[in-house]
Amino acid sequence: MIASDVVDQLREIVGADWALTSPADLLSYSYSATPLYQRLPELVLLPRTTAEVAAIMKVAHANRIGVHTRGSGTNLSAGTVPVAGGIVLALHRMSSIKEIDQENLTATVEPGVITARLHQAVEALGLFYPPDPGSMNTSTLGGNMAETSGGLRGLKYGVTKDYVMAVEAVTADGRIFRAGGKNMKDVAGYDLVKLLCGSEGTLAIITEITLKLLPLPEAKRTALAAFPDMESAARTVSRIIREKIIPCTLEFMDNGTIRAVEAFSQIGLPVDAEALLLIQQDGPLMLCERDIERIGAICREEGAFAVRLASDPAEEAALLAARRGAIPALARRKPTTILEDATVPRSQIAPMVAEIQRIAAKYRVDICTFGHAGDGNLHPTCMTDERDKEELHRVEQAFAEIYEAALRLGGTITGEHGVGESKSPYLEWKVGPVGIDLMKAVKQAFDPLGILNPGKIFAKETRKRVVVRT
Amino acid sequence: MSRVELPEDLLLSCMRCGFCLPACPTYREMEVESASPRGRIALLRAVMDGDLDLLDIGSKLDACLGCRACEPACPAGVQYGAILEQGRAALAAVRPNPWPVRFAYRYLLGSPLGIRLAGWGLWLYQRFGLRWLARRLRLVERLGGKGLAAMERAVPEAVSPWRRASWARPLPPTGEPRLKVGFFTGCVAEILFFETNRSAIEVLTHLGCEVALVPGQGCCGAVHGHAGEHDLAVAQAKRNIAAFEQGGYDYIVNTAGGCGAALNEYGRLLAGDPTWADRANRFAAACRDFAELVDALGPIPLGALPGRITYQDSCHLRNVQKVAQPPRNLLKAIPGAEYVELPEADRCCGAAGTYAITQALLSDQILDRKMTHVATSGAATIVVANPPCHLEMIEGIERAGLADRVQVKHIADLLAEAMRNRVC
Repeated sequence: MIASDVVDQLREIVGADWALTSPADLLSYSYSATPLYQRLPELVLLPRTTAEVAAIMKVAHANRIGVHTRGSGTNLSAGTVPVAGGIVLALHRMSSIKEIDQENLTATVEPGVITARLHQAVEALGLFYPPDPGSMNTSTLGGNMAETSGGLRGLKYGVTKDYVMAVEAVTADGRIFRAGGKNMKDVAGYDLVKLLCGSEGTLAIITEITLKLLPLPEAKRTALAAFPDMESAARTVSRIIREKIIPCTLEFMDNGTIRAVEAFSQIGLPVDAEALLLIQQDGPLMLCERDIERIGAICREEGAFAVRLASDPAEEAALLAARRGAIPALARRKPTTILEDATVPRSQIAPMVAEIQRIAAKYRVDICTFGHAGDGNLHPTCMTDERDKEELHRVEQAFAEIYEAALRLGGTITGEHGVGESKSPYLEWKVGPVGIDLMKAVKQAFDPLGILNPGKIFAKETRKRVVVRT
Repeated sequence: MSRVELPEDLLLSCMRCGFCLPACPTYREMEVESASPRGRIALLRAVMDGDLDLLDIGSKLDACLGCRACEPACPAGVQYGAILEQGRAALAAVRPNPWPVRFAYRYLLGSPLGIRLAGWGLWLYQRFGLRWLARRLRLVERLGGKGLAAMERAVPEAVSPWRRASWARPLPPTGEPRLKVGFFTGCVAEILFFETNRSAIEVLTHLGCEVALVPGQGCCGAVHGHAGEHDLAVAQAKRNIAAFEQGGYDYIVNTAGGCGAALNEYGRLLAGDPTWADRANRFAAACRDFAELVDALGPIPLGALPGRITYQDSCHLRNVQKVAQPPRNLLKAIPGAEYVELPEADRCCGAAGTYAITQALLSDQILDRKMTHVATSGAATIVVANPPCHLEMIEGIERAGLADRVQVKHIADLLAEAMRNRVC
């Protein structure tokens, strides 16, 4: 329990309107976009300035109160659920774009700026901020940095951490510090900027971010190809890369997803295809056209039975509709949708999809897979019903085995959603005991009292690893 | 703690992805999760699970506009409108609406006679010094609050009872009859915007429709449903279905986006009722918005109507009936008029049925933002497609000091005017 005089101190800092304590308000900050995780905070604070954040942390530190930082609450690993009660620190009101520097090609933003809003602001100036997570119309850039969000353009352009150049943050005890800068080259000491990327609110509170921008590509071309089996689709992905073409987007859908999308939206997808690839190239117009022609030819040579190329925005929208429809179609099938992000090296996609299908059959659960084939980041998505406890248990077992399979193929337990609470029992499988020790030492250095997003990343207990006999 | 019957399956269909947040006007203004669709669904679910009391979340449900902009934004197809209505019905059971509201819903808007009386009453009120007196004593503000007073000021001049009485019979179409149309007059539309309904009928007859003013019809029931008065909403639906189903109409047409949405959803409202479900579905399938049908039947012979015009979507026309393009097509086709798109035309204006009265402060905040867009658009006419939006826009241009250069017109009035301007 937070003592009432401490609540008063904190309320004083942010103003009465922005310190929420009513049962309804507390409940509405008890969840994120992760199904099955929910915990009530004791107090919700919505600061507007870095100074307010620093003042809050001084009080929280002095009273050892857990602080769970969050943006719009779209994360998928229960990273912002207030496990320890305490304070939810919601930063979505810190939402100004402070500067777009057209000489250094950077944008400096507060953490609560919505990702898509930055896209619009920089694109109006002919500039480009590539990371485009699925939740970009809702998610905040602070959240993107804290989770190192990816997106559809990861293959060619990388992920959020590849664009963070500088940061202002507040430590657990309320000190403000800056790291990085607008310098393309900067080796002054440990790279604290990159360390905070993907730190999930456990090391410091990000209060300002400077992001790298690119010139906006001149043109975009899109292709959609249908394959009779997973292997030919996977071969196509490998061959495109081997021929030295790096498309900006290379998305994949399995048969289950194709059927679900077609059943829901009737857009004429080939339901007998085992795999669909959606491929997009951007850049100078001539190059785009050359690449997409070549990509179309490769698809056909590797066994695609249907290839469609789009040359105008309307056609492109029709092709993208297939991929955009994946989550809506799957989400409508059952009440509970669990979206995971097991990731493997690009070359292992076909075996990984086969493993997911095998595991789903073994545990009798409904899993469809789609995702970013170009960067090996898959989204095995399970449709279930949270009221069916017996099935949920099987779902959990299936996902544990999927992580195990991903690791066996040289992959990872999470590509872009973060560890949070839901993946924490599996982290040691990926990083090993030494990795865990080193990470805990880093955590100790930043937050000796353990008040920043307690209960995240590090599990009380690591899940026993399932040994699969092969 | 009171356990409440709430639609479990509908509540569970929300996966909390948050895609609705950027679409929600109240979330943008209030900046807290409990003012978002995701938040409200989570709150209702907590009530269902017994973790919160319904009274804990009353003010949060009240703050929802019910504009349903969250529905097109939702990847999981959550039926937010249905959830909200059932939530408010549960709330009304433990926290009844004030008696004057219930009286007005039941006896004035809830019966065809009441609607007629209200029309006469308004005329009497405006004509015989009562309005003058009420304004002097600031009676409306004292009794009904600032929101109601602002709306009272926005109400246009009422038509006389004899003008009302002169309109009852079906109207012969111009030229070959193409379609039989049953005209749904609505309650607020018929009381306050009597002439708008007549403009719509004029346009429809000109397009070859035989238009009937169907006797026995009443209010659509939207206002009842939104306020949690479920039984009254059902009663309105049944009355209207019974009134229209004998006429053999090809279409049932109305000029109010909000009413149209309610009529379109009669199937859902009566889904559990074996004697009414099919009839409700047949009724809903025949319903068309005025602009939607006119755009489909067109083109209308129009005269010139110079000036810059813009269009404010009716939320329920756009988000529920999915009619966004037809009104724009019609406006772009007016000779001499320069159509400009209003920035954020798809966002609620703050009227939201009775919201402007019950939540005046937040409604004004939303309205003022809307007016900055109206000012930058440079339009001389804001075209609307729903009576509450119409009143709200009149209030808005007054508040923003735009009344001398901007006028508000329903699309039916504007089209009828352009039609009359045609040099034959």
